[in-house]
Amino acid sequence: MRLSMDLEMEDKPGQLLMALEPLREQKGNIISVLHHRDKKTPRGTIPVRVILEMDRSRLETVKGQLQANGIMVVRAGEERFLEEITVLLVGHVLDRDLGDTVHQIDSTGFAEVVDLSLSMPGIDEPSSAYLRIRATGKDEIQKAMSILRQVCVQKDLLVIEPIEADEP
Amino acid sequence: MTEVRISLVGYGVVGHGVVEVLERKRQLMGEIGLDLTLVSVTDHTGTYLAPDGVVAKDILDHRTLEGVANSDMAAREVFGSIDCDLVVEVTPTNIVHGQPGLGHMVDALSMGKHVVTSNKGPLVVDYRRLKDLARKNDVALKFEATVGGTMPLISLIERTLVGNTILGIRGIFNGTCNYILTRMAEEKYPYNHALTEAQELGYAEADPSYDVEGVDTAGKVAILANSIFDMDVKYGDVEVTGITGITPESLILAHKRGYAVKLIGEVPALTVKPMLVPLGSPLAVGSTLNAAAIYTDLSGTITVTGLGAGRIETASAILSDIVSIYRGNHVDAQRS
Ligand SMILES: NC(=O)c1ccc[n+]([C@@H]2O[C@H](COP(=O)([O-])OP(=O)(O)OC[C@H]3O[C@@H](n4cnc5c(N)ncnc54)[C@H](OP(=O)(O)O)[C@@H]3O)[C@@H](O)[C@H]2O)c1
Repeated sequence: MRLSMDLEMEDKPGQLLMALEPLREQKGNIISVLHHRDKKTPRGTIPVRVILEMDRSRLETVKGQLQANGIMVVRAGEERFLEEITVLLVGHVLDRDLGDTVHQIDSTGFAEVVDLSLSMPGIDEPSSAYLRIRATGKDEIQKAMSILRQVCVQKDLLVIEPIEADEP
Repeated sequence: MTEVRISLVGYGVVGHGVVEVLERKRQLMGEIGLDLTLVSVTDHTGTYLAPDGVVAKDILDHRTLEGVANSDMAAREVFGSIDCDLVVEVTPTNIVHGQPGLGHMVDALSMGKHVVTSNKGPLVVDYRRLKDLARKNDVALKFEATVGGTMPLISLIERTLVGNTILGIRGIFNGTCNYILTRMAEEKYPYNHALTEAQELGYAEADPSYDVEGVDTAGKVAILANSIFDMDVKYGDVEVTGITGITPESLILAHKRGYAVKLIGEVPALTVKPMLVPLGSPLAVGSTLNAAAIYTDLSGTITVTGLGAGRIETASAILSDIVSIYRGNHVDAQRS
């Protein structure tokens, strides 16, 4: 089962290792670690979000070990995709390996493409794709979008993003 | 009654509009205590001088001043030799070097004359210098017509919303692009077909690249950045993607999901790119309309829409700027 954990740890070397070790010991398969160094809490700790595949029954053991290592567990449980964004891609969407484009998002572990529709007017003509992407939080949405933008620069695709996504 | 002696530089589409609007609004202006007298009109071919005031019908039927001009003075000589208080600068836009407008504005401001303009070029190229010149000479530099045409944006922010911190502005600032995108979505026209239609209706130039590649919008973004956000940017600082890659199929796909695609300029982000705008959003205006959403700290989001171009519409924004100089206080002289 895919789980996510919000942790807080002190800002000193070795802390991240102390946090990841119990997860490995319990055969957790770590998918992503987001280290929010820029978002220090008022307590001076650094928030970290870990997403992993692990048997849920091991969660309590892991929590105990983390706490013993001095890592605070703020939240742990099933991963939820809380945020969503829609984008439109225009160009040779299909020819430039659409499967790969989608995979680049899905393989992040914190975001996935949940809806996809295609419009193909004809061979050699530019096609377009409508994508709905979900992620575990706002930051993850932004991260997924920057991956998508990069991929689309390489593939010479126009990315049309929604205006409401990040209001000034 | 305050007499305002006006020199007009540039006698094309907008210049004709200015002559017409000044004539049509003479009485109304009199009622608010302003005697706006047009004393000279200059274009490429020469100058028409009328110290007692230009009679509109004497020149309006002439496309240029050729054959009408009674002096061969260029703009600079006009400012130096006749009695005038305010220059309306409406020569063609050049966003690379700003000329000839930049020279006209520098001359006018240096000689202590207010400047009102619809010409983006000089404001994109050398905003700081012009603003400093205006301040030094205690005159106003007004340019509402350069961004969004008749849609009140700069005056709304400088006057009505004063006290707010402006967090950002996003908008549709090019009527040509908006017309093309609207027609592509409505009629499922391919891009080229919609462009041809826009050209036939006079909404797009024979060489449309300035509009459709987002250059015009980027110029407006630079003007807003410099004037509202106190930045010091040029056209090249704006990241630009135009609308030429948009297909009708992509617009249909977007529409099915509740979105329109619009060319959106954004400050202070300094971007111009096609974006998805929810169909119900006040920004989702069609046809040749312009729209702008102003994000503020105290007043929330305020959206304005209006015609972005046109002879009379642009002249109307110029008239409002003129009136604001004499009715209010000099915004330029006051702002530090
Ligand atoms: N049209 C609109 O709806 C609109 C809307 C907003 C802003 N604007 C801006 O307003 C400005 C005027 O637009 P427009 O449509 O009126 O352009 P236009 O029809 O091309 O007119 C430009 C005028 O400037 C004159 N001119 C050129 N060089 C000159 C010089 N060195 N000295 C004196 N006059 C000179 C031209 O004279 P000749 O004919 O003799 O060359 C012409 O009369 C442009 O900067 C444009 O971007 C236009």
